[in-house]
Amino acid sequence: MTLEKLIFYVLAAVVLLSATMVVTRRNPVHSALFLILTFVACSGIWLLAEAEFLAIVLVLVYVGAVMVLFVFVLMMLDIDIAVLRAGFIKLLPLGIVLAIAMAAELILIVGPGNFGLEQYAVPARHAADYSNTEELGSVLYTVYMYPFEIAAVILLVAIIAAIGLTMRKRPGAKYLDPAGQVAVKSGDRIRVVSMDAEKG
Amino acid sequence: MESFISLWGAFPSDIQYLVWTLLKIVAIIAPVMLVVAYYTYAERKVISYIQVRIGPNRVGPKGWLQPIADAVKLMFKEIIIPTNANKLLFIIAPVITLGPALAAWAVFPFDEKLVLADINAGLLYILALTSVGVYGVIIAGWASNSKYALLGAMRSAAQIVAYEIAMGFALVGVLVAAGSLNLGEIIKAQEGGLFAWFWLPLLPLFGVYVISGVAETNRAPFDVAEGESEIVAGFHVEYSGMLFAVFFLAEYANMILIAALTAVMFLGGWLSPFQGWPVLGPLFARHLSPLPL
Repeated sequence: MTLEKLIFYVLAAVVLLSATMVVTRRNPVHSALFLILTFVACSGIWLLAEAEFLAIVLVLVYVGAVMVLFVFVLMMLDIDIAVLRAGFIKLLPLGIVLAIAMAAELILIVGPGNFGLEQYAVPARHAADYSNTEELGSVLYTVYMYPFEIAAVILLVAIIAAIGLTMRKRPGAKYLDPAGQVAVKSGDRIRVVSMDAEKG
Repeated sequence: MESFISLWGAFPSDIQYLVWTLLKIVAIIAPVMLVVAYYTYAERKVISYIQVRIGPNRVGPKGWLQPIADAVKLMFKEIIIPTNANKLLFIIAPVITLGPALAAWAVFPFDEKLVLADINAGLLYILALTSVGVYGVIIAGWASNSKYALLGAMRSAAQIVAYEIAMGFALVGVLVAAGSLNLGEIIKAQEGGLFAWFWLPLLPLFGVYVISGVAETNRAPFDVAEGESEIVAGFHVEYSGMLFAVFFLAEYANMILIAALTAVMFLGGWLSPFQGWPVLGPLFARHLSPLPL
C-alpha cells in the first residue's frame, strides 16, 4: 500500500466517522464541530485528487465562515434535548421509510451502474506545474461566463437584500454623539459659584 | 562523520525526506517562538518606558531572561479545568489556535528558493488557515462553561470573522496585480525598487490590510476582546498554566505572521528597496546565490 492510499483511507475513515457523529451526537455544538471535522477531512481528500483550489476554498468558505456562524448561533441557543427527542418513537416508522427511500435513490445514482472504473478511467496524474486554480479560472471565464456572471449578480442582490433587511433604525436605541461630546464646553457642565465662607 | 553519512544513506528515501522536512519545520518554528518571547519582553519594556517605569529588569542582565523565566513559570503552574467544562475541547482549543498560526509559515518565502512548500495556491492556503484559527477562540469560550468566557469569545470571534472579509478583499487586489497566488511569484511581481512595491500602486488596499490586520490580532485600538471591567480577560479567563501560555503564543505568532505577510504582499518581500537605483542599487544587490531549502 502506498503512502497516498494510506492517507486516502485514513481521511475517508475520518469523513465517515465524523459524518456519523454529526447525526448521532445529542449536543448540537458537538454535531457542528464534527461537521467541521468532516469538511476538513473532505478537503484533504480533494487535495489528494489534485483539486487544491476547491479543497482550500472548502476550508476557507465552509469551515472559516459558514460554520463559524452556525457555531455562533448554536452556542447562543438554549436547546432542550428532551423536547427534541419526545416524538422519536412515534415518528420512527416514517423515518425508517424515508431513510430507505433516500438510501435507495443514492445507491441508484452513485452505485456501480454509473460510477466505478468501468465508467471512468483512472485519472492521469498532472505535471508538477499544473495549476488547478488557473484551469478553473479559464473555464469559468470562457465556457461558463454567463452562468458565472448571473450567479454573481444574484449573490449581489442577496447581499443588498440582507443589508436592506437588517439596516433599520431602531427606536429607543441610545447613541452617544461624538461631535456633541467634543464640542462641549466646561461652562455646559459645571457652574462656578462664589459664596462666602460659612461660620462653623 | 563518514559513518554518520553512510548510516543516513542507509535509510529509505521516504524516511530521509520526513526527517529532513521535520528539521526544516524546526528551523522555521524555533525562531518564531524566540521572536514571540522577545516581543513580549519588548512590549513590556516599551510600555513601561511610556509609563515612566523600568519594566522587567531583574532576571538576567537588563531583564533579558524574563521571557524564559515566564515560560518556565507557566510550564510548572497547575492547569485548572473548571467543573462541568468539556475537558477534551477545553484542552484542544489552545492547540487549534496555535496550530494554524504556525502552519501558515509553511508557504512563507524567506528567499527566492528558501520556502518549505512552494505551492501554487499559497495565498489561499494562508487565508484558509488563518480563518480556521478562530475556532480555538470560540471553542475555548464555549468549553470553559463560564458566561464571561463565552461572552468574551463572542466578542473576539465576531471581530476576527468581520475583519477577515476586509483582509481577504485587500488580498484579492494583490493577487490581481501579481497575477498569481504563489507568494514567491507575488514578490517577483513587485521587482523594481521601493516605488514598484505594491504598497504604492495599491495604497488604499495597503491601508485596509494594515487596519484589518491590527483588528484581526485584537491589538489596540481594536482590543475590545479584552475588557477588564465587563468580561475580565476575554475568552481565556478560565485558562491557566501552559494552556494559557499556548493562547499567548498563538496571539503573538499571529501578529508576527500578519506583519510578515504585509511584507510579502505589499513591501516587496526579500527584494532590495533600491533595485535599479544609480548608486545604492548595486550596493544593496544580492551578492550571494539564493539558498535552496
